[in-house]
Amino acid sequence: MRLSSPVTKIILIFILAAFAGLISLPKNLKIFGKDFTRPDLNLKIGKISIARNFDLVLGLDLAGGSHLVFEADVSKIPAEKRQNAISGVRDVIERRVNLFGVGEPNVQTASFEGKDRIIVELPGIKDPKDAIELIGKTAQLSFAEVAQEGEEQVLTPTDLTGADLTSADVTFDQTTGKPVVAIEFTDDGGKKFAELTGKNVGKPLPILLDNSLVSAPVVQEQITGGSAVISGDFSVEEAKTLAIQLNAGALPVPISLIEERTVGATLGAESVAKSVRAGLVGLVMVLAFMVAAYGGLGLVAAVGLIIFGVLTLALYKILPVTLTLPGIAGFLLSVGMAVDSNILIFERFKEERGKRPLADALEVSFGRAWDSIRDANIATLLTAFVLANPFDWQFLHTSGPVRGFAITLALGIGISLFTGIVVSRNLLRVFVREKKQ
Amino acid sequence: MNFMKYRIVYFAISAVVIGAGIFGLIKWGLNFGVDFKGGASLEYKFEKEISTENLKGKIEEGGIEVTAIQEISGGAYLIKLQTISQDERQKVKSILEETSGGAVEELRFENVGPSIGPELIKKTFYALAIAAGGILLWVTLQFKSFKFGVSAILAMLHDSLVLIGGFALLGHFFGAEIDFLFVTAALTILSFSVHDTIVVYDRIRESQKRLGGSMYGLANKAVTETMVRSLNNSFTIIFMLVALVLLGGTTIKWFAIALLIGTVSGTYSSPFVAVPLLVIWDHLRGK
Repeated sequence: MRLSSPVTKIILIFILAAFAGLISLPKNLKIFGKDFTRPDLNLKIGKISIARNFDLVLGLDLAGGSHLVFEADVSKIPAEKRQNAISGVRDVIERRVNLFGVGEPNVQTASFEGKDRIIVELPGIKDPKDAIELIGKTAQLSFAEVAQEGEEQVLTPTDLTGADLTSADVTFDQTTGKPVVAIEFTDDGGKKFAELTGKNVGKPLPILLDNSLVSAPVVQEQITGGSAVISGDFSVEEAKTLAIQLNAGALPVPISLIEERTVGATLGAESVAKSVRAGLVGLVMVLAFMVAAYGGLGLVAAVGLIIFGVLTLALYKILPVTLTLPGIAGFLLSVGMAVDSNILIFERFKEERGKRPLADALEVSFGRAWDSIRDANIATLLTAFVLANPFDWQFLHTSGPVRGFAITLALGIGISLFTGIVVSRNLLRVFVREKKQ
Repeated sequence: MNFMKYRIVYFAISAVVIGAGIFGLIKWGLNFGVDFKGGASLEYKFEKEISTENLKGKIEEGGIEVTAIQEISGGAYLIKLQTISQDERQKVKSILEETSGGAVEELRFENVGPSIGPELIKKTFYALAIAAGGILLWVTLQFKSFKFGVSAILAMLHDSLVLIGGFALLGHFFGAEIDFLFVTAALTILSFSVHDTIVVYDRIRESQKRLGGSMYGLANKAVTETMVRSLNNSFTIIFMLVALVLLGGTTIKWFAIALLIGTVSGTYSSPFVAVPLLVIWDHLRGK
């Protein structure tokens, strides 16, 4: 058997499809009351180790979660330092979000016509109020001295700030039982603090957060240990938030929330279920139509389409593609489009069949139809490219759902070219030859 | 078949459809969603039945302006407000819980500030310009003829007008909104439109090389040869989209409808707009 013979190719295609099918299946499957679990990939070749679990990655609109867009106010920062400030903001937010304990958060910056944005995606967050509070606050901690000026008391900020801390933790006051935030200073900060407390024995030492008073403990004696306690009137949640903010550092510039999109997990799961049902109904209609319109040829197209579906799903899992609701729509659309190359070829085949021997007619149809298929699909790929915006061009959309749609559509077209040309072609070659004999 | 004989009829059909759309566009304009206009769009599921009138009154008593409230499916309601703050959001939720007297689940919450819309319009414009320009360039290069490119772009414009006009009407009568997904659909339609057009043009080019002859005859031959393919391919796409419209849920219903309108218009415009334009172009040049 030659390697290039259609039969060999068909066998190879089916082996590929079987592997893809395995990957496409849900992780846990119940067949005849028995549970099957798909093993995870855990390859080690020399130093390279590949570990994959092949689960579909769902976007926020399907898995539930919160999409937040903040705008940074860089008006008080000189132009040449803005870029630094923005990446500083991103890093601080990233640290805060990680400390908050969200699974796989995504923080990125976007800038368009002089406006700087920070996009924060928090999967699984149903009520983002606390997260917004945590992320949005500048959290500039400072210590101030109180000076008596005539009748009035005036606060003068010192150079001891949140930047002088190494860590902050929530603990509980032993006498009152209230939550407090215990802070540790750096060496330098500890010295400043010792100096400050030494100077102000018997006087209050106000602690300010973003220029508003948190607490004003009265200094009993000089503190040299390099640690202190902030005991405002906190709830446990507030103390936790403050501790995270102090640990993550202050934002270099203030930010404000300008857009929020939150999807509950219920709606996401419902969307998935509905799209799957719509997809199956559509698929059955397409398969039935192909068989009704083209008979045996249609059957070949149907096999090709099923292989298309399996390969596409497997590819989503391998890459992986983050699947969004519009992404599913893109996939379903590509199912409808995937048979186009088959239809083009079959219609050509109908014409050519009368003019020459069957096998020749088939090859000629493939050759002639290919030009149309290529030209027509390049236009769609071009649009998908603009929508997917793979180079993150700031003058184009960077929205997740739109990209999800474009990526699944483009992948669908790519794979449909493969199944339409390679899979159907070889299936037909075998099919037509069998018929001839 | 002599398809080109009736080209006036095709243009008349297009003119009626687009005319109706433009009428709607002028009279009612487009119904922009929160993505463009800014504002809040909230989806809640109530345990108990509620009255939308009552709910609207209660929220407005709380000092928050309500744009619209409607039921979208069993127990789930869509509430549209002006852009709200986090405090107002909590307030709305407690008003809802109080008014309905049962559990309230937040399904979806969107709150978009007013600065997003103008940006979206600009970015959409750039995207349209790049996609349309790229397609024009590709068709022109591929067919080594400007008239093919221009005719394809005019057919594309036709489909875009049908879609936008259609959504002016759907927006007025059924509340369809122009949002992020509509923009995505509009861009996708560009490529669908040109997809079929390229297949017909390809046939014209092929016959031109082999047989020569007048554009009129070549056009008739190409349209006849590709008609079944064009219809069959559209059917398969339409099957998937109709399933999505009917079963896919409210979030992407209008997105699927936009794609559906575009697919139908794109299928129509290739043989009945793009090709007749080519024939007329040739006819005018021939004089």
